[in-house]
Amino acid sequence: MWYYEKKLQYPVKVSECNPRLAKFLIEQYGGADGELSAALRYLNQRYSIPDKVIGLLTDIGTEEFAHLEMIAAMVYKLTKDATPEQMKEAGLGAHYANHDHALFYHDAAGNPWTATYIQAKGDPIADLYEDIAAEEKARATYQWIINMSDDPCLNDSLKFLREREIVHSQRFREAVEILKQEQDKKKFY
Amino acid sequence: MKPSQEQINQMEQIQQVDFALVELTLYLDTHPQDYNAIQQFNQLAVQSKQLKGQYEQQFGPLKQFGGSFSSYPWNWIDSPWPWQM
Repeated sequence: MWYYEKKLQYPVKVSECNPRLAKFLIEQYGGADGELSAALRYLNQRYSIPDKVIGLLTDIGTEEFAHLEMIAAMVYKLTKDATPEQMKEAGLGAHYANHDHALFYHDAAGNPWTATYIQAKGDPIADLYEDIAAEEKARATYQWIINMSDDPCLNDSLKFLREREIVHSQRFREAVEILKQEQDKKKFY
Repeated sequence: MKPSQEQINQMEQIQQVDFALVELTLYLDTHPQDYNAIQQFNQLAVQSKQLKGQYEQQFGPLKQFGGSFSSYPWNWIDSPWPWQM
């Protein structure tokens, strides 16, 4: 089972109300390479992956939920004081019409989250290569958002998340090597 | 309710130690034989528990389902929640 802890993994501060930035950030909430996709991808793959890497998928999948909460905290803080007019100006008029200030799992363009964003092939190497690619795509997305953001407080938290993608990618690459070694061992029997 | 500076400071200390623990956990998942990393992990786990015990006495439980004790009345439901801090 899982335990919730009443703390963010890393502090989230924003300089000011900025619904336009929130519109971009929602990509990492309900987008293809976002944190929800990541958490569900790894935690679903772990049931059929070799035992040697179940721990890694469990722990990275769990950390992704902490990242999802950080993104939610950012969007919440960037939009909570926004007027309907400001939401509309920021390109969030359609969002406001449907959800008011509530968060929703969709990407920056408004496409709702779908399970087709994640794969589970049952082939450990195929699954881990997908995970590495997902981390690299998420890292790139964080970079593109940082490039468009002029909020130094927010960028500090985004840089933390960008670095986490790099570490996760590295750990998944090591998992591939571990499985390859296991495979080689079997050949000598 | 807005958190005090003291609460924010103590939370940041917990976040620092717990970050090292997350990082060491993932590292050890793929390097299970690294003795020094395991020693560091166990030391930080003790430190994390101490910091959380201190924090919870002043600012309420961090975990539930029995992960933390409660005072009276039940204070798990008290604000601020993490995104409100």
